[in-house]
Amino acid sequence: MAYDKFNILKSTAVPLPIENVDTDQLIPARFLKATERVGFGDNLFRDWRYNPDNTPKADFVLNNPIYSGKILVGGKNFGSGSSREHAAWAVYDYGFRCVVSSFFADIFRNNCLNIGVLPVQVSPEFSEKIFAAIQADPNTELEVNLPEQTITLLATGEKETFEISPYKKDNMLNGFDDIDYLQSIKPEIEEFALHLPL
Amino acid sequence: MSKTLFDKVWDTHVVRKIEGGPDVLFIDRHLIHEVTSPVAFLGLKSRGIKVLYPERTFATADHNTPTINQHLPVADPLSANQLKALESNSNEYGISHWGLGHQKNGIVHVVGPEYGITQPGATIVCGDSHTSTHGAFGAIAFGIGTSEVEMVLSTQCIMQPKPKKMRINVNGKLGVGVTPKDVALFIISQLTTSGATGYFVEYAGDVFENMTMEGRMTVCNLSIEMGARGGMIAPDETTINYVKGREFSPKGEAWDKALAYYKTLKTDADAVFDKELTFDGSTIEPMITYGTNPGMGMGISHEIPNADQVEGGAATYAKSLGYMGFHEGDSMIGKKVDFVFVGSCTNGRIEDFRAFTSIVKGRHKADGVTVWLVPGSHIVEAQIKEEGLLDILTEAGFTLRQPGCSACLAMNDDKIPAGKYAVSTSNRNFEGRQGPGSRTMLASPLVAAAAAVTGVVTDPRTLIESIKELV
Repeated sequence: MAYDKFNILKSTAVPLPIENVDTDQLIPARFLKATERVGFGDNLFRDWRYNPDNTPKADFVLNNPIYSGKILVGGKNFGSGSSREHAAWAVYDYGFRCVVSSFFADIFRNNCLNIGVLPVQVSPEFSEKIFAAIQADPNTELEVNLPEQTITLLATGEKETFEISPYKKDNMLNGFDDIDYLQSIKPEIEEFALHLPL
Repeated sequence: MSKTLFDKVWDTHVVRKIEGGPDVLFIDRHLIHEVTSPVAFLGLKSRGIKVLYPERTFATADHNTPTINQHLPVADPLSANQLKALESNSNEYGISHWGLGHQKNGIVHVVGPEYGITQPGATIVCGDSHTSTHGAFGAIAFGIGTSEVEMVLSTQCIMQPKPKKMRINVNGKLGVGVTPKDVALFIISQLTTSGATGYFVEYAGDVFENMTMEGRMTVCNLSIEMGARGGMIAPDETTINYVKGREFSPKGEAWDKALAYYKTLKTDADAVFDKELTFDGSTIEPMITYGTNPGMGMGISHEIPNADQVEGGAATYAKSLGYMGFHEGDSMIGKKVDFVFVGSCTNGRIEDFRAFTSIVKGRHKADGVTVWLVPGSHIVEAQIKEEGLLDILTEAGFTLRQPGCSACLAMNDDKIPAGKYAVSTSNRNFEGRQGPGSRTMLASPLVAAAAAVTGVVTDPRTLIESIKELV
């Protein structure tokens, strides 16, 4: 078991209505030098969050005390760029358990699913509703229900369903990971390897 | 049933299909580097499991390495620690390790093909999104996260849903001064940075058929920049001639068997793609980016579009141009350039240095421009010397650095200072990519050369005296 189980998450959310948020913003390359998975949350959005002299940038949402929560709501094409899992680690280690966007980059989405951050893809319209609701009331709560595959704006009851493969859903609900699965079919893999074309 | 090239390679490697889940995909070749592997090895250790097939994994140090004085100890203790971890992990698990100072050391996506690790019809992964480079050989190659690196080390498999398939056809004769980099930047500008997300791309048409392997690698390398997991080009004579005889290529009977397999690697005539796009290669100009993602590119003679002419929100667009210090309607020609970077897994191969040299020959580096020329490997470095390019470069006021990823992601000391402008042959112009506050304009080695000798963004076609020079 590799991470916390995910079931139903009820939380306020942090809005980041910017498109194409790339992995170099999530975690700049100069913070990829660790040989252990520690401290990445401190450098999440480092260059948007801090000035060069390490003082916080007041206008960045993570530095605004009125916004908090375990859900990050991003703009379209969230997580584009590099394959660095460190980007997903930074999101998780900062304290987010769920990222909501109208569109995710592939590798980032995969990385999230592999480490216990739930990527929830919503329609562009619902994404706009969420941003508007948080802007109107930063204390507004979202409920992400993995068993039901729904995301709900609790204030109004408006909800949408989201997609996740049954296999990945089961993993997230139970905190399993792919290595557990792959280890369990190792003899089959070894047999397969005997008959490859190369 | 008719199959695409992608289907053929993918289906050959599916160990098992999971109902309502991903495929278990066998990985032929696994490349690792110092940045995305240490935590995977820690995972193996904490679970007490071994590397299943150490002979299928190859380690090289590239992301963190200095590009000068490589014979000296690495000064940055964190970088040095990662390099040491790669070495000790490789040694502990019996993996080939090409560390700093090793003759085979270099950028993972440059040395993989050079030594024949990259093979047509293979599945190749690496904890680096530009693994798509190897698709140039008709391999399925893509970047993975560190959890997946651990999966491949422990079981030689990863679990992936099969992506959708897209074919991008480009036909026609490319204009003078138009390189594979321009073709790729053009396609990305048409699709946007997310236009191929969820797809695996096959590139087809005479523009790609006429490219060298180096050119094809540049194109496939950039597939990820439009969101595609990878891109591939069917192997042909050009591919086979490149692969044959390399150190890790099959030999003897194994070669004959491999060759028979390579020849099956093409899309059947009536195979169906989920999406198909066609472009006319003759309309492509030398390209340059003006914004903060690789989709924000245009022909070098054009003007920066207005927000209402591009996809996406006006606020994001304004933030991007604001970061760059550019305005809607600006011409890129004549904009000041402080740095020029030639290198990376995108454009760090011998052809790229030939192209750069063809423009700077007989000219001189402009005052006030800092130019970093970083070969992708020791083989490229040696070729630059053997072909006499270094003499021409030296004469023109340039120096050559040592192989590594360098200023592409600026993990080492090769950082563009805040606010400065770089014309870069690399792959990403994200905010701060080349150093905090750096401003990147992505372009071909020819555009980079034109900037290096003029100090401003310059259409390289104005510096090409003879059309024959480049044909």
